[in-house]
Amino acid sequence: MKGILKLAFKLLVSDKTKFTALLGGIAFSIFLMVFVTSMLIGVLNHSSSMVTNIGAPVWVMDPSVQNVATSLGMPDYVLDAVRSIPGVKFAVPLYVGVGLVKLPNGVYQPATVIGVDDSSLFGRPGMLAGNIQNIYATDAYIAIQDADIPKLGRIEIGSEFELNDNHVKIVGIGKTPLSGIFGIPTLYTTYQRAIRDIPNPRYTISYVLVEPKHAGDIAQIQRRVRALGYLALTLQQFKRKVSTFYLFSTGMGINIGLMTLISVLIGIVVSGQTFYTFVLENLERYGALKAIGITSRELIGMILFQAGFASLTGFGLGVGICSTIIAIAKLRMPSYVGMVMYANLGVAFLLVLVIAASSSYIGIRTVLRIEPFDIFRG
Amino acid sequence: MPTAAIQASGLVKWFGEGEARTLALNQVSLEAYLGEMLYIVGPSGSGKTTLLSVLSGILRPNAGSVLLEKNDIWQLDSDELALLRLNKIGFVFQDYHLFPRLSTAENVAIPLILRRVPWEAALEEAKKYLEIVGLKARAELLPVKLSGGEQQRVAIARAIISQPDILIMDEPTASLDGDTGRDIVSFVRHKLLNQNRSVVIVTHDERIYEFADRTLEMEDGRLDGRE
Repeated sequence: MKGILKLAFKLLVSDKTKFTALLGGIAFSIFLMVFVTSMLIGVLNHSSSMVTNIGAPVWVMDPSVQNVATSLGMPDYVLDAVRSIPGVKFAVPLYVGVGLVKLPNGVYQPATVIGVDDSSLFGRPGMLAGNIQNIYATDAYIAIQDADIPKLGRIEIGSEFELNDNHVKIVGIGKTPLSGIFGIPTLYTTYQRAIRDIPNPRYTISYVLVEPKHAGDIAQIQRRVRALGYLALTLQQFKRKVSTFYLFSTGMGINIGLMTLISVLIGIVVSGQTFYTFVLENLERYGALKAIGITSRELIGMILFQAGFASLTGFGLGVGICSTIIAIAKLRMPSYVGMVMYANLGVAFLLVLVIAASSSYIGIRTVLRIEPFDIFRG
Repeated sequence: MPTAAIQASGLVKWFGEGEARTLALNQVSLEAYLGEMLYIVGPSGSGKTTLLSVLSGILRPNAGSVLLEKNDIWQLDSDELALLRLNKIGFVFQDYHLFPRLSTAENVAIPLILRRVPWEAALEEAKKYLEIVGLKARAELLPVKLSGGEQQRVAIARAIISQPDILIMDEPTASLDGDTGRDIVSFVRHKLLNQNRSVVIVTHDERIYEFADRTLEMEDGRLDGRE
């Protein structure tokens, strides 16, 4: 069979123009598919960036919270109650809000303000410049170095500006693993300073961040928090909740889902048509092989090999092109959210299997139908 | 008494149904013997190619039998028929049907590759057969670089590389000029025909009639013998 597969390979690749067209069709489909899903995954991933960046194992919140950016304040007793739950190693408050920074040109720029627990600084960012201890200085804030920081103008240690009419002094430049989805700068300070500087309703604790003693305690903590009338989610559960919100409660999921479906259909049509044309153009050769004495099983093996080889090569090319473009885009535009992950590679691989299967089916059906007698007749 | 390479009896083949039915073979019987060059001649549309296809296990007849080594080939399933064609019958198609993107040697090696001979060994063997047909120096060329006569020789080399008992040639001179056509058939007659092989040629080219041992004439699906 090895020789027959080599023959199939030679038939496939020997006409470089047609083979390039075939690969191009498949690679384009895979590129489209991976590109669209990379956008979806990137958006979803960045939508819960704050959860990832803070990194608390368990988050306590109001049950009405649908995404991390729109928290509902909880009374202080919730923090005390959570701290008293058996299995809780420690619990700290977190403030999340949006303030308005007055730029030197008079324009107001919204910024996410995160207030971390004053005593533990749990959830603080990594530091690129300055010392985290300086966060305790008067009016001290830490600016996060990401794609959105230029929106605050030239920011460095010692920069000063107004935030909601309060004086702010930048004492450090921090970094977080992921930037936010809304395209606004992020500032960290202490919890107490955050609730002082940002106008708030009666209750100010956005989230209670919990560190359990053991992973096995989480279920009990969740039960006890539920009994209080609040919701405790693990980091992964919270990220999933946020992703679900953006996927199904906004138009994002349906729109990107439709684009993905369209790319799948285009992929199948383009590559199926290209492979079918390839088979048609080689029909005479397949007929000659049948007349010479190839069996149906060997012929099917040849076509499966040709479709499989072309599809997998196209898959590699498509993924390669897409990854390269995304990498270049990220270099040029740091806020670009597209991400290639195992999930979208897996979906694209499924697509390529569908392409290979449909192309093979069309090819096999056509080739098995040709009569060697037609070759004799010329 | 010569040994029959192939025996056909009572072959009937029609195409179409109802009023559109056309009878291509009408109770055709024949024998082709080992060591014999048998011609089947006749005008276009007389059923020559249909007969050749039925004899070689390519086209199933509506009635009749084709015995090869005393076994009716039409009792075999399609894969068994394919193997029979691969091992016992060599084809030279009217239009050669060479693979344009494969080298001359690779074209000739195809039957061996289908018989699971390793690629390199098959190519070496193909070169030997190209030498037999006088084209060893052309082994690496693509068919498009060859003349019509050379392509015909490549097709012949491909047909005989499996050392078939029966060599079937469909209009072997149709695409060739007179001298080249005669040279090709003369080559087959003098170099490839032997006591273990039968050559069956379908033609209506009178310039090559002289090479036949026996000629059968077809007309309207019927066969008549003549010397």
